[in-house]
Amino acid sequence: MVKELEVELEMQRPDIHEVSEPIIQVRNLEKCFGDLQVLKGINLTVNKGEVVALLGSSGSGKSTLLRCLNHLETITSGEITIDNIELNHSKKNISIIKREVGMVFQQFNLFPHMTVLENIVVGPIFVLKEDRKKAEAEAMILLEKIGLTEKKDYYPKKLSGGQQQRVAIARALAMKPKVMLFDEPTSSLDPELVGEVLNVMKQVAAAGMTMIVVTHEISFAKEVADRVIFMSDGKVEEEGHPNQVLVNPKSSKLASFLRIVKSE
Amino acid sequence: MLDFGLVTNYLPYMVDATWITLMLTLYSTVIGLTLGLVVALMKISKFKVLSLIADFYLWIIRGTPMLVQLFLVYFGLPQLGIELSPFVSAVIALGINAAAYIAEIYRSGIISISKGQMEAAESLGMGYFLKMRKVVLPQALRVSIPSLGNQAIMMLKDSSLASLVTISELLMVSQRYAATNYAFIEFYLVAAGFYLALTSVFTFILNRVERRISVSEL
Repeated sequence: MVKELEVELEMQRPDIHEVSEPIIQVRNLEKCFGDLQVLKGINLTVNKGEVVALLGSSGSGKSTLLRCLNHLETITSGEITIDNIELNHSKKNISIIKREVGMVFQQFNLFPHMTVLENIVVGPIFVLKEDRKKAEAEAMILLEKIGLTEKKDYYPKKLSGGQQQRVAIARALAMKPKVMLFDEPTSSLDPELVGEVLNVMKQVAAAGMTMIVVTHEISFAKEVADRVIFMSDGKVEEEGHPNQVLVNPKSSKLASFLRIVKSE
Repeated sequence: MLDFGLVTNYLPYMVDATWITLMLTLYSTVIGLTLGLVVALMKISKFKVLSLIADFYLWIIRGTPMLVQLFLVYFGLPQLGIELSPFVSAVIALGINAAAYIAEIYRSGIISISKGQMEAAESLGMGYFLKMRKVVLPQALRVSIPSLGNQAIMMLKDSSLASLVTISELLMVSQRYAATNYAFIEFYLVAAGFYLALTSVFTFILNRVERRISVSEL
């Protein structure tokens, strides 16, 4: 039933979703930290070009799910397939997936000993073995897109949080990933800096990138996401089109979560 | 009563000896920095065997006097058929000893780097060695520089122990001339002056390096 609804909703956004080909498939994913089970059987399919907003209160497992997708956490059981490559114990598979999946962190995690430009080109040059000139030229295009061309020789410390996060997005994009994961990208920003980061993310979404965004920005989810997934207690509690899920939540947990987030 | 004029006759020899002291220090520092890095990486390795080997190394080297280690290399190894020149013996003993302390300096530098840096490097697809080379070690080294400088100064002074394995380094030479001329105060004071000059140069260079790093970034 959910499947049919999804297809219907996809039809309303014909631009990038004409071919709805799955790129991420998660089956019965479980993750335990010691005795604590954080993910209790997650099933998830994300199509190419889809933007998924992952909501949930803290401790619901949303960040853990995201971190499992690029092997920052090893899974306890279940299956993850990204771009037809299974994320298993194969070192080769893991390294391919890490290259194909970009990650943006809450704390930016830019490399403080490198300039903005170096931060962006270090992956392409040393991981993808690209020629430095080519990597720098591409980095300059990315810097133009995020509006920070003139900051290319700055060290991260000299940038505002919003600027740092925009560079972090560019750094991830420089690897030409097939999927971008955002782990609460605006949660450690001052309120006035949130907008500039969300704008860059909208740009990335508009370019057709497959994105999973863990966020508390309900308005962003409403505006940009194709699908909202609400997690609670390690399970998917509710999912669907933002207009439906965020406006008329079926689950009482989601309803109270939305009330709390909105009142903040 | 004191006759420093006497020392001037021997100054060229003392300068030569100072050069040997400096070379001893430099070579053993290179060994210490290299071996220390290997030991530090072994100690923080997720492979239990490697970290146990590193622990064992640190336990032995830090738990025994450097002079005993030096004697074992210089006097002990020939017994096993390994004959090394006094200079090579001293460089090896000093280097192996320093590596233990330097490993701990590196290690504290490495663990001070936030987990987020490691994760960012990993999500760019960097493997272990690339992550260490481009992200972790450059930052860890910056943190470690003051302690490494301290260690280098200690090694310069420790190199005087090499006088006990017949190396004509600064202390050995000063001792010889002090005794033959019965002018202990003069020669030892001048020797101390040479050591002080070298450590001062070390300190000066280190301060410059530190300042350069602190203004440019971090």
